[in-house]
Amino acid sequence: MGGARVKKVLLAVVGVLALAGAAVVFVVNARAGDTGTNAVPVVTGQRLTLSPGRLLFRNTAAGPDSGKLASVPLATPDAPRQVGDLRCDRFAVAAGTGVCLAVHPDVLPAVSDVIVLDDKLGVKYKESLPGTPSRARVSPDGKFVYWTLFVTGDSYAAQGFSTRAGVYEVQPGTLVKTIEELPVFVDGARYRAADVNYWGITFAPDGNRFYTTLGSKGKTYLIEGDYQRFFGKSLRDNVECPSLSPDGKRIAFKKKISEGVWRLSVLDLATMRETPLAETRSVDDQALWQDSSTILYGLAKPEGGSDIWSVPADGSGAPRLLVPDGASPAVVS
Amino acid sequence: MYIATSRSSDLAAEVDRKPALRRVSANVVALGMVSLVTDISSEMVTAVLPLYLVLGLGLNPLQFGLLDGLYAGATAVVRLLGGHAADRWGRLKAVAGFGYGLSAVCKLGLLAAGSSVAAIGAVLAADRTGKGLRTAPRDALISLSSDPATLGRSFGVHRAMDTVGAFLGPLVAMAVLWLSLGNYQAVFFTSFCVAAIAVLLLGLFVRDRRSDLEQRARTTVRAALGLLRDAPFRRISIWAALLGLVTIGDSFVYLVLQRRWSVEPQLFPLLPLGTAGVFLLLAVPLGRLADRVGRWAVFLAGHVALGAALLILAGPTGGIWIAVCALALHGAFYAATDGVLMAAAGPMLPAGLRATGMAVIQTGQAVARMASSVLFGLAWTVWDLRPAVFVAAGVLLVAVLAAAVVKPWAVRA
Repeated sequence: MGGARVKKVLLAVVGVLALAGAAVVFVVNARAGDTGTNAVPVVTGQRLTLSPGRLLFRNTAAGPDSGKLASVPLATPDAPRQVGDLRCDRFAVAAGTGVCLAVHPDVLPAVSDVIVLDDKLGVKYKESLPGTPSRARVSPDGKFVYWTLFVTGDSYAAQGFSTRAGVYEVQPGTLVKTIEELPVFVDGARYRAADVNYWGITFAPDGNRFYTTLGSKGKTYLIEGDYQRFFGKSLRDNVECPSLSPDGKRIAFKKKISEGVWRLSVLDLATMRETPLAETRSVDDQALWQDSSTILYGLAKPEGGSDIWSVPADGSGAPRLLVPDGASPAVVS
Repeated sequence: MYIATSRSSDLAAEVDRKPALRRVSANVVALGMVSLVTDISSEMVTAVLPLYLVLGLGLNPLQFGLLDGLYAGATAVVRLLGGHAADRWGRLKAVAGFGYGLSAVCKLGLLAAGSSVAAIGAVLAADRTGKGLRTAPRDALISLSSDPATLGRSFGVHRAMDTVGAFLGPLVAMAVLWLSLGNYQAVFFTSFCVAAIAVLLLGLFVRDRRSDLEQRARTTVRAALGLLRDAPFRRISIWAALLGLVTIGDSFVYLVLQRRWSVEPQLFPLLPLGTAGVFLLLAVPLGRLADRVGRWAVFLAGHVALGAALLILAGPTGGIWIAVCALALHGAFYAATDGVLMAAAGPMLPAGLRATGMAVIQTGQAVARMASSVLFGLAWTVWDLRPAVFVAAGVLLVAVLAAAVVKPWAVRA
């Protein structure tokens, strides 16, 4: 009996050591897999600013500068990308205000920094919120910053995801941590449900009217909101991640075709007519208006990572690859 | 209190003369260790999965949320299958081991699935199937390895160890991320190694309770159905399901806390840890209390604690410490119900049908809780959050009162 027990303990020790050793070898290899050279030409140590005519984005090319904020001239996007020190998972800019969502690298469950930046990319405000970065935008007047984070199900040890959308008023500096409590009307009736999620906010140039997606019970609605009076109403269904055009009259969005497949489209708010864009691949991003006729977006690559593409906003033409190995485009106008 | 019975454990004679952990059977401690290590592994994945899906693969995690409800339903059926197969073949350890093994292999599956949504969904489903398969045989093993008089303590020790693992999982995942310079694959691989260690521990240190051939021959589907003709067992199953139907889910409790109490969003992820922490602390004391004063009584008291937590949360908001009390009550609810129900049911079931019977109770409860979350969602839509919580608390307390009057625990376990 005693001998058998010793044998078992010995077996256990050997087994545990072997498995722990395998894990250590894997971790060490993963660490060494970081080659230390960038896969694309990168100009490092740059002092990035929000100067007009530049395209800023998250550099996703493999290498030491992966994940950092990068900048290229919008006119010559294939120029070597300049990077600074700032790491952002999502980035957006408007009227001299920038926002950077950066997940803390080794904190679990995920925690993200919401960093509000001035035109020299100096930190004006920083707040840590639970969740994984999904969307970020700045209102056209630069007075509001808003974002969406994915949060793990609020239940312990259970899977399931939801989104949490928040707004920060740059002046006077008020944080609305989540807009889930926005009183909202769907088809004229006050809508309440346990599973209400919002994602993708976009503000009009007046800094009061805004649009967002409400997801609940397997359906999505385009919500038009009034920020001062703080309420919202549904305009139509199946409109996700709205992005308002510079003139405030059209909305670029992703329209769900089937589970996990979205098509970029533009909705005319006056006529409520939808125009599918020339991009036929599935796009899961909040579109960005480069100007009143061009849409930019990140497109996931089948092998992982993403590229930045552009496509005309009127449904004509064809998609054009703007920057390979990039995500979260932002244009300084 | 201490009555030696014919089905006492191998260590029964030594029980109660040794301190703390040593008072439960070595097999229960071994199973607790297996659960602890397995929970480290699974919570590592749970913690890193959203980051991996969103930042690693560029996927939209909401796609997986939709599948979640379907899996929960499938798990209920798998649980029955696992319980019955274990009894039928007289191999509790083998079936539980298969469940643990399947979940372990799934960690490698996540590495192989790449960025395919369908493959990731399938791996997550298989992982849950493993969990469904192993639960009933494992709980049957715990109960068959324990002295029936101290079952509450045995389950308390097991659940406490299980929860320790859940606490450690995210910490281990963080360490791996830090060491591997943010490599998610390294987290999955390490998680697999940890899960494999748990399977190894199960294989080496958990002793099976094999029933004899004659007993196995009696374990048929008909015999399993016959369980429900047994009055005490039928009553406990029905009442457990009924109470499950009026119990609101964790996510709702935390939502109410977040909406009504000005909890800083930085603290949101800590709310479930608060519940788990209290569960961890109270699992053994409440299990022992259940052994002394009656398991069903403690089980009902746990539901009263939940009702009180709901009333506090939906009542007038005040200092944050009141919310902390509500969270503590929520943890006490788990400590007084999760293992205690199994401890109450165990002695009612013949050894050859132990896993089947436990699976029946667990499935009934799980299905009832699914229905309850649908009902509560409906109540929220119609009445808004606060009235819905008040109604839920009221219905829960009425149901507990009814259970107390009907006294299904008359057959003292």
